[in-house]
Amino acid sequence: MSDLLKYDLLQASKAIKKKDFSSVELTNAYIKAIEDTSPLGTYLEIVKDKALNMAANSDKNISNGVSKPLEGLPIGIKDMFCTKGTKTTASSKILDNFYPTYESTVTQNLWDDGAVMLGKLSCDEFAMGSSNETAAKGNVINPWLKDKKVSPGGSSGGSAASVAARSSLAATGTDTGGSIRQPAAFCGITGLKPTYGRCSRWGIVAFSSSLDQAGPLTRTVGDAALMLNSMAGYDKKDSTSANVEMPNLMDYLDKGVKGKKIGIPKEYTQNGTSEDIVKFYDTSISWLKDAGAEIMPISLPHTKYALPVYYIIAPAEASSNLARYDGVRFGVRKEGASLDEMYELTRGNGFGDEVKRRIMIGTYVLSSGYYDAYYLKAQKVRRLIKQDFEDVFEKVDFILTPATPTTAFPLGQKQDPLTMYLNDIFTVPASLAGLPAISIPVGLDKSGLPIGMQLIAKPFDEAGLISTSQVLEKSADFKIIADGAAK
Amino acid sequence: MSNKKSLVDIPTINKIARLSRLDIPEKAKDNLIKDLNNILGFVAQLDEVDTSSIEPLASVTGHKLPLRSDEVTDGNIEDLVLHNAPEQSSGFFVVPKVIE
Repeated sequence: MSDLLKYDLLQASKAIKKKDFSSVELTNAYIKAIEDTSPLGTYLEIVKDKALNMAANSDKNISNGVSKPLEGLPIGIKDMFCTKGTKTTASSKILDNFYPTYESTVTQNLWDDGAVMLGKLSCDEFAMGSSNETAAKGNVINPWLKDKKVSPGGSSGGSAASVAARSSLAATGTDTGGSIRQPAAFCGITGLKPTYGRCSRWGIVAFSSSLDQAGPLTRTVGDAALMLNSMAGYDKKDSTSANVEMPNLMDYLDKGVKGKKIGIPKEYTQNGTSEDIVKFYDTSISWLKDAGAEIMPISLPHTKYALPVYYIIAPAEASSNLARYDGVRFGVRKEGASLDEMYELTRGNGFGDEVKRRIMIGTYVLSSGYYDAYYLKAQKVRRLIKQDFEDVFEKVDFILTPATPTTAFPLGQKQDPLTMYLNDIFTVPASLAGLPAISIPVGLDKSGLPIGMQLIAKPFDEAGLISTSQVLEKSADFKIIADGAAK
Repeated sequence: MSNKKSLVDIPTINKIARLSRLDIPEKAKDNLIKDLNNILGFVAQLDEVDTSSIEPLASVTGHKLPLRSDEVTDGNIEDLVLHNAPEQSSGFFVVPKVIE
């Protein structure tokens, strides 16, 4: 194994600044790792020349003593982020020829802070899925137990698998109902979904605009703090961007959890959660208690309604957002005799089954006669779910739950859509309430697959999330590397 | 409320597909009907919740959408705008003929 792959983001950042190795050396090590792990299918596009140019530029900055927070650090970008001049497909056939003429705010922030782009990472088509199997170019393989071919989770499956396989030092993801946290849990890495509005949505392919939020997938909590510092920030180009000052998250490392109150919601151990996960949930509670936190039982009574609410609101917003794929201004067109026929053939041919299903559901619940019964009803129950969290956060500082009800499942099971949706049962509620949440690895189940725990915080308390999850990270001391990682 | 919701059948699929501008092959319709009815049946459990005095929540941010002054902030980027167009001519997007 290249020794350089052993450094996590924080360690590599220090080592590069001390000139222990150059960014070009590090970037070359990752390009080799991408080639070595290519059977996992994590990358849709590799930009070797661009990466090496960016790395050389970083090395110049470092020798001139003007290095920035992520100077010279090679990362992967989920294919939901528009990258100027680099193909951006959202893992969809309909965008197979799309080369953005602009850069998303989040990725621009990363490049401005010195990061090096390795390429674009696979995901579920338009981020709709929990297994990475809806990707037009095929699923990604989880580097854990790689010969058994289990799912990396989704929708940020390529991002999570790549970080776990050490073919990127860190990666960006987007999370609408769990798309950062669930794949992070399945791949044994850290995934942070910030407060809604923390990261600009400008230039990110839109799925469900009231829920979509970008965040980092990293090896450690410290790495997540470093990445999010750069990704986040107010952006006037996104009307829902939050103009709330973000503290320097690096100041919140090693702060401990003494005196903090952690809520344990009774609703999160129902619904057939796997035994091993329940066991690690109990262990995680003890770790936080041992570190000086106060554990409090709580109730979030509307939890069971989160998935039904989500599967009305997200498809409704998606059906509206995806109306732009019409074969006129960009994307792959399929010719038809009339304008309407061209639209229908373009969209029927360009979208995959899950995307079509969600557009159909969304159109149905927004259509005349059903709007009140479905969409408006869902928006009302969404308020009750948010209210549950507001009530509980009067009493506690953080909420601890498992990240997923099961560990990674085998690929190709052909689950029906509803069974697949149940994967997000623990991650969707925080999304509906717009709350920051993190998933971190705490151990392995009997078969050797990673288990993730989720911490949820009050709006804009990413700093607290970093301090608290780091306590869990230290106690769990999860150091095992996936068998499918680059050697 | 549930009884107000009709089940999805072939005419419904055709109507929704038309509204969505999606070409759905005949052979795919039976499966789609099954999936949609399963999903709509699942979300119907929201009927249990009393929301008579609850306002709908459209955005979690709670802040008003900001206004900006109505002025030109960029322009003269015709090439960029048309860069990804499937078909273009003389600075325009081209679509199939819409008038007879």
